Amino acid sequence: MLPILKIAIRAIMRNKLRSFLTILGIVIGVGAVITMVSIGHGAKVMVDKQLESLGTNVLIIIPISTAHSAVRGTTGTITLTAEDALAIKKECGAVSHVSPGIRTSIQAVYGNMNWTTFVSGVGPDYQIVRNWQLASGRFFNEQDINIMAKVCILGQTVAINLFGTSDPIGMWIRVNNVPFKVVGVLSKKGESPTGQDQDDMILMPYTTVQRKIMGVTYVGVTLASSVSAEARFEAIEQITALLRQRHRLKPNEENDFSVISQVEFASTIAETSRTMTILLGSIASVSLIVGGIGIMNIMLVSTTERTKEIGIRMAIGAREKDILFQFLTEAIVLSSIGGVVGVVFGIVLSILISYFGSWPSLLSTPSIIIAFFFSNIIGIFFGYYPARKASRLNPIDALRYE
Amino acid sequence: MHDLVLLNTVYKLYTMGEVNVTALNGISLTIKKGEFVAVMGASGSGKSTLMNILGCLDSPSSGKYYLEGIEASQLSKNELADIRSKKIGFVFQSFNLLSRTTVLENIEVPLIYSRRLSKTDTDRVTQTMRILGLESLQKHYTNQLSGGQQQRVAIARAIVNNPTLLLADEPTGNLDSVTSMEVMNVFSNLNNKMGITIVLVTHENEIAKFAQRVIVLKDGNLLSDTISQSAMSDVSKMPCESIL
Repeated sequence: MLPILKIAIRAIMRNKLRSFLTILGIVIGVGAVITMVSIGHGAKVMVDKQLESLGTNVLIIIPISTAHSAVRGTTGTITLTAEDALAIKKECGAVSHVSPGIRTSIQAVYGNMNWTTFVSGVGPDYQIVRNWQLASGRFFNEQDINIMAKVCILGQTVAINLFGTSDPIGMWIRVNNVPFKVVGVLSKKGESPTGQDQDDMILMPYTTVQRKIMGVTYVGVTLASSVSAEARFEAIEQITALLRQRHRLKPNEENDFSVISQVEFASTIAETSRTMTILLGSIASVSLIVGGIGIMNIMLVSTTERTKEIGIRMAIGAREKDILFQFLTEAIVLSSIGGVVGVVFGIVLSILISYFGSWPSLLSTPSIIIAFFFSNIIGIFFGYYPARKASRLNPIDALRYE
Repeated sequence: MHDLVLLNTVYKLYTMGEVNVTALNGISLTIKKGEFVAVMGASGSGKSTLMNILGCLDSPSSGKYYLEGIEASQLSKNELADIRSKKIGFVFQSFNLLSRTTVLENIEVPLIYSRRLSKTDTDRVTQTMRILGLESLQKHYTNQLSGGQQQRVAIARAIVNNPTLLLADEPTGNLDSVTSMEVMNVFSNLNNKMGITIVLVTHENEIAKFAQRVIVLKDGNLLSDTISQSAMSDVSKMPCESIL
């Protein structure tokens, strides 16, 4: 082993408790950085995945103005119709697909099993707009819409709760005592960015929901997709203009609907999680710096305590550099041990948090490497001043120090 | 023969607060290779300052100091450190060993700083320990040793690098008279048998008698410089081992 390393380790071992407490600061700092980055990284990956599953060109048309939703929601009539939706598809150049939507809460029954869920009335374009694959069976076609066919497609959660492991295709379920034939099962989509189970629903043709279940003529939240992700703002403008015209709104009247882009909605959530990661990471970094200050403090005490030793070493031939490196090595050894223990601590903590806290955490190798090297840089940075102070001592004064 | 040490009108001035202190007042001195010189004088006479300059721990305010022909008074801090590690051996009154460190490790320290870590160099550690009778103590921590043993470790550390000049600042000051004689015999032998040049500061005439030459300082001036003929010639004939 290098003599300088041996000297440093001996000096550290001489004051075990003090060294342990000094190292603890770095351990907590490095551990906190790794844990926070893991949590943030996990959240980001999760949100990214959901963003991807939503589709980047999805637009949501809500038949109530967001500006006065409370007022209109309670008193106003819902004005959006299936004809509006079809007109959007026909006349808005930036829109490629539209699926009118209508949603209500129902209880579905199969044999002796029943499940309370939502039924969503959709059009044939729904699958394309939501970019949602079928696990089995077929999707609705124009004919299903036209004849208000009593067919349905089950989300994974509903399929499992009603049918268990058996194949639901071709079976009949009852909704409000009306039998519906299962023609397809959707693939699993998981949670939405707001935490809802997207697989807990039944799809039906929107005309079927309107007439056979709800007995209404309007439609609710309607989904559309723009021709491309970039065209979504143009699509919003076109839809707004068209609906204002169709609803005969005067220029001074407010919209009785809103059009929002799903990306903007989801990126707000992504932005929030990113902000949180930065915040957590900054707090963790501060603790690492505090740990570094702890090292500096102890090294200053240590160099003062060992002034005589420094004098002896200088008298028997130590150069300034030898003393500088001796104390610098000590600081680096302290911070490296803290770094290694902190990495282990951080990994264990991330795993525990994702296990017990049902919060995704994703350990990233770069963050571990960066945290470790950062701890060494902290050691060099905060160890340099005390080491230089020691190396600049006058050997005669240092020898006389008691 | 080349003069090992050549001091030419060396002055050393200190400023303590507002008072200027002249520690060395123009000292000129030569020491030849193989000499054993005792430096005497009252406290404040400049003995320690002279030792510090000879040991390259300090530089003169004016005047020149040549060590083996090299002008040490012109060297930088790092060059002085280099000279200390390769040419100078120090023995102190208070031993100044590294505590909680073994005898062996203490003796090895100068090798680390002079970057001499080859097999021959580590062999010299063993050899040095044998000369000073420290082999059986090599794994002991220095704070467990007696004063005499500690001073022998300090001497071993001072000579392990084969210094051209061994400086001892009151090496018997913290020892009882019996141990003092033992330690002085060690110095005497190093001088006689190994030809190491020694400059030794002392208060005591008994100790100074071991040297061949006695320099007396007073108020930074050289008061006397006498060659002594009675320099313990009888002791020096005894074999090294029997003394230790």
